[in-house]
Amino acid sequence: MLEELLPNVDWEDIIEATKETLYMTSVSVVATFFIGIILGLILFLTGKGNMWQNRAVNGVMSAVVNIFRSIPFLILIVLLIPFTKALVGSMIGENAALPALIIGAAPFYARMVEIGLREIDKGVIEAAKSMGAKTSTIIWKVLLPESMPALISGITVTSIALVGYTAMAGVIGAGGLGNLAYLDGYQRNQNDVTLVATIVILIIVFIIQIIGDVITSKLDKR
Amino acid sequence: MITLTKVSKLFRTGKGNSETIKAVNNVNVEINKGEIFGIIGYSGAGKSTLIRMLNGLETPTEGSVVVAEKEISKIKGAQLRKARQEISMIFQHFNLLWSRTVQENISFPLEIAGVSKPERTKRVNELIKLVGLEGREKAYPSQLSGGQKQRVGIARALANDPKVLLCDEATSALDPQTTDSILELLVDINKRLGLTIVLITHEMHVIRKICHRVAVMESGQVVEQGPVLDVFKNPKEQMTKRFVQQVTEPEETKETMDHLLERYPAGKVIQLTFVGDHAESPLITKLVRNFELDVNIVQGKISQTRSGSYGTLFIHLDGKEDEMLRAIEFIKAQQVGVEVITHA
Repeated sequence: MLEELLPNVDWEDIIEATKETLYMTSVSVVATFFIGIILGLILFLTGKGNMWQNRAVNGVMSAVVNIFRSIPFLILIVLLIPFTKALVGSMIGENAALPALIIGAAPFYARMVEIGLREIDKGVIEAAKSMGAKTSTIIWKVLLPESMPALISGITVTSIALVGYTAMAGVIGAGGLGNLAYLDGYQRNQNDVTLVATIVILIIVFIIQIIGDVITSKLDKR
Repeated sequence: MITLTKVSKLFRTGKGNSETIKAVNNVNVEINKGEIFGIIGYSGAGKSTLIRMLNGLETPTEGSVVVAEKEISKIKGAQLRKARQEISMIFQHFNLLWSRTVQENISFPLEIAGVSKPERTKRVNELIKLVGLEGREKAYPSQLSGGQKQRVGIARALANDPKVLLCDEATSALDPQTTDSILELLVDINKRLGLTIVLITHEMHVIRKICHRVAVMESGQVVEQGPVLDVFKNPKEQMTKRFVQQVTEPEETKETMDHLLERYPAGKVIQLTFVGDHAESPLITKLVRNFELDVNIVQGKISQTRSGSYGTLFIHLDGKEDEMLRAIEFIKAQQVGVEVITHA
């Protein structure tokens, strides 16, 4: 019955492609999470009225983040080809997609981190200072825990965007469900393959969203 | 314990920092060990900036701030952080970490001070008892009432055995009843731990209830300071009089006065002010016995301060003119303030 409906679908290919998509997504999400938090913290702390207030650093960081955030992802991949080749040694395969995925997503996430940090009550930071806390203590014990729900819901949104980016990366040879949908589905005119790849991507997105929502509401004691 | 000498603070505002605002202007204050010292002023008077200079959250533009023998206005970095552990602070909006439970919030300053885990647990339990939060250890701030949150704030502030406690409008976000219970707690820890407390407020009620001495601030300057009862008895500045009225005269007093003057065209409406022991002497009885007058009590109030009571009483006298004048002389001789109320 399933074979009649979806005559061209090779389930092993689907599973293989799903694994590739999950691999690209998870590695890039983890890297984006850490890089984004570091960038976001620097953006926040060098901002006006904060502990490392520094107009020059903040201005440069802000400009870099804005530029990378604005470049369309497909163009970013192309621009990064020399960099990727130098780093990974190839333009084919899942690993080749990672630099572009991370460089594309980290600035986007960094902005969300910054917004999350700005929402922390200034009074709480002042209270920590009045107790004699060092900046590192304030980062670890105040800024990060107090903004954690925002950081998690931000990484959820970013992860979902990354799933979309992996599909785009797939088109130019990185593998995964995007690659499958494009080569086997679109180019060979097998609409059922495209449909199945789409459904699998949707399921991945829904699962990410649910996990993100559950963690966020668990963490949020406000 | 605390000495402020010629302290000023300028803020630069406007385009290209062209304008300056003198938030604090040449303030000299001396606060003794074990004292509860109040600073009162309306918002914008500079009291917030002033109290923040006591723990180095703001640095003075001029002058020196010495707290517990350390010149807070000069020290920086690790030294300042160490000094801040002895000068703790509570806040109007409590400023608790929502992500931590009551006990974790109280534990926070101990973590900063590098106290070991078992000692932290022990100390946190003591503090929870001290502020009366037993049973709420595992609650998150969002599950607490305002008064309970401020108790957590106080416990947190006391964790490292500070020498000075700064209260930044600590009761302004609380209802009157909760305010009283927090004030009682502050008096209690002041007595028990010998802690010096500096508080800023815009409510004279708070000053009256717990402070030994008070400074009145207006546009960056301390316009008047002294023992609370003296300031109540004899307010010199207009601003001080307004604050004293907050406590001694209910809001509707002026309307009542107008009404009275209309109702009793004959005779005199008199405001009496009593201080200390006189507030409790049977003046009215004597008045009625010794003079041929009708005495009618209109409105009265006695307020307790730390060092004695302070009262106001409005009475209406009616009778012969010279008898009334004699009565007023008699009241004056009793060391009671007398003011004949006329149409404003």
